[in-house]
Amino acid sequence: MKTLVLLLFTTVAFGQVSYERLVRAEAEPGNWLTYSGNYQGHRYSALKQINAANVARLRPAWVYQSRDPGKFSTSPIVVDGVLYITERPNIVTALDGRNGRPLWSYHRALPPDLRACCGAANRGLAILGDTLYLGTLDAHLVALDVRTGKVRWDVAVADYKIGYAITVAPLAVKDKVIIGVAGGEYGIRGLLDAYDAKTGARVWRFWTVPGPGEPGHETWAGESWKTGGAPTWITGSYDPELNLVYWGTGNPGPDYDGDVRLGDNLYASSLVALDADTGKLKWHFQFTPHDVHDWDACHVPALVEGVAGGRQRKLIVEANRNGFYYVLDRETGEFLRGVPYAKQTWAQGLDARGKPIRLPDTAPTPEGRVIYPGLHGGTNWFSPSYSPLTRLFYVAAREEGVTFFKTKQTYRAGEWFSAGGIRGIAGVEPSGSIKALEVETGKQRWEFKLHSPPWAGLLSTAGGLVFGGSSEGLFFALDAGSGKSLWHFPAGGPIYANPISFLVEGKQHVTIAAGNALFAFALE
Amino acid sequence: MTMRMMRLAIALLSLYGFFAGARSADDLVEGERLYQIHCAGCHGPKGEGGRGTVLVASNLSRASTEGALINVIARGIPGTEMLAARLEPQQVRQVAAWVRKLGQQPSLQIAGDARRGEQLYLGKGDCASCHAIKTQGGISGPDLTEIGLRRGSEYLRKALLDPEADVPENFSQYRWHTVIPDNFLQVRVVTKDGQRITGPRLNEDPFSIQLRDLSGRIHSFSKSELAELRKDWGKSFMPSYRGVFSSEELDDVVAFLLSLRGAK
Repeated sequence: MKTLVLLLFTTVAFGQVSYERLVRAEAEPGNWLTYSGNYQGHRYSALKQINAANVARLRPAWVYQSRDPGKFSTSPIVVDGVLYITERPNIVTALDGRNGRPLWSYHRALPPDLRACCGAANRGLAILGDTLYLGTLDAHLVALDVRTGKVRWDVAVADYKIGYAITVAPLAVKDKVIIGVAGGEYGIRGLLDAYDAKTGARVWRFWTVPGPGEPGHETWAGESWKTGGAPTWITGSYDPELNLVYWGTGNPGPDYDGDVRLGDNLYASSLVALDADTGKLKWHFQFTPHDVHDWDACHVPALVEGVAGGRQRKLIVEANRNGFYYVLDRETGEFLRGVPYAKQTWAQGLDARGKPIRLPDTAPTPEGRVIYPGLHGGTNWFSPSYSPLTRLFYVAAREEGVTFFKTKQTYRAGEWFSAGGIRGIAGVEPSGSIKALEVETGKQRWEFKLHSPPWAGLLSTAGGLVFGGSSEGLFFALDAGSGKSLWHFPAGGPIYANPISFLVEGKQHVTIAAGNALFAFALE
Repeated sequence: MTMRMMRLAIALLSLYGFFAGARSADDLVEGERLYQIHCAGCHGPKGEGGRGTVLVASNLSRASTEGALINVIARGIPGTEMLAARLEPQQVRQVAAWVRKLGQQPSLQIAGDARRGEQLYLGKGDCASCHAIKTQGGISGPDLTEIGLRRGSEYLRKALLDPEADVPENFSQYRWHTVIPDNFLQVRVVTKDGQRITGPRLNEDPFSIQLRDLSGRIHSFSKSELAELRKDWGKSFMPSYRGVFSSEELDDVVAFLLSLRGAK
């Protein structure tokens, strides 16, 4: 009987994760099959064993200590009781969901001269069939056997020596794996690629900075497009019906000196909608034309159904780093609504087409200029959450201005290329909060104050809860309807990660990476 | 050695020096360029110091060897405002070469007399009631054991005259690298049962706050226990020494502070 149980476990655990399962991820809430939990970018769990009435009894079930200290940003994939996580710098480990015991590990040998701008972070994996997909700091895409961690194929996406790196979790769509790049502080030319999931052959590439002759190229003065940045470092969303992939793009390069790249700088700091089969651009929306504050649009956009302009529409919503919350039509890219959700001092508002009406004197200067939000934005890469039950969009917001400086800097391949910098504002302590916004209007329903600006994403659940984390290392649960704090756990290290939820042996667990460890919580 | 041989030797040495210099001259130019971008904001355009330490010094105590200097530039000094530079290994070496060149400049003239400064520090200034040097002194102000390694003379002089000009923060960029916050933000709390406590904050999160009162005792509160929590941003308990120290006495105290360079 014991053998039979084990056999069942292994058979189920290493079953095929087909594209159809990814499309219908909500049908199996005990698993967590994509970076955001579903293609719609909701980071929502339909599990409700843990709820507002009993969350006070939530306790650590197990802790997995990572071997490499530093920002631990993994968002696990969970299939039938096994967690697949990434550890720094590029380790992949399979964990037994019952107790956190490692089942296998893949270690990548990395060159010593990496250019990852902000630490050797990695945010997670994609799964399709019986293969896991990992983007690496040396800008490769690697396919691993889900049963052993053995490499099936390994392809170079871009050249790490000129500043490309990969920290983003890939997105598996149909028979392809879509992967973006980081490198906006190194003057790369941004791209989004799709690879054949079986062979690793590249199927399409979308350059986020158009080349000569392509539409949008005219938005870059002179040769500035060559070092235009616009990386793609946060996982996008996908609409299977429209067959469109939605992906955010990062800042134009160099970050702070816009004089050397006059023009709107398409498609930097934008959202692009691409045909999943061909990579062709269906539409784009630029949140911050000619961005000079490092306001990447690297967010997970949430796909929701709702009423706007008097009729039911397919919507896409995003709280952007520039301080505004946007509602767009995801079939056409039409701007429907935009309101500030965090302190901002750079724009009078948005015009009818969603373009910011800039206030005078907001660009960085050699002497420095104070602007809200700061370079880290009103929010950042960490995931928002959308609950179809409350119809609220939850965002971890940062209240932090900085002084922006610009300098003159000559581009050199592979060298840091920001042409400026920032400094905190003396005597003003940055803070943050968790905010619940009405999804169609952006109107704030409630706010839970945080001490420091957060670096942790959110998870909402059918149990009426929102889980989040703080930079002081607290993992907490709030009432999804009111924002009231119901439970918290001091994890003892800053949280730079997104929570997820899954079932093992019929019991709901919630995980978060905090400090150098992955914590799994369950009811006692 | 004949005169002729000596001349030849000198000529050869000069030639060697010329080529060695030519090889490193490019590195120095590049090193200075990178220094102005990445380092001058804190250490001064000429290495004269400021918020960061003086680099016009023949020996940098945290970077006495080439390897240590490269390490400090590449990795920063954990727990301090010295951040890791975002530079490639070759560029780190170039910046290090420039920093060494700065170190070969004649030492900055310090106007004051450190011994007289020490007397003023202990006597008229009564600085030790709040500040400690090694194990001696108070704890309600920052420890000064290594202050000469951390700050330049102009910065110190300004701090004595206007203590609130630059109150050290624990919440700017370098906070991410510090383990325990060590700023001296003054907080005032009133508990729900009417207890009032004032002192520097030790730590804080959304649910709790820890502070040390002026007698040195540590308190920890859940925020739900507090009726009032006030933070005096940009304020310092330190009095201004304007009108207390003469200009010469200020020079002496600064000279004494600059001489405080850690355990010796």
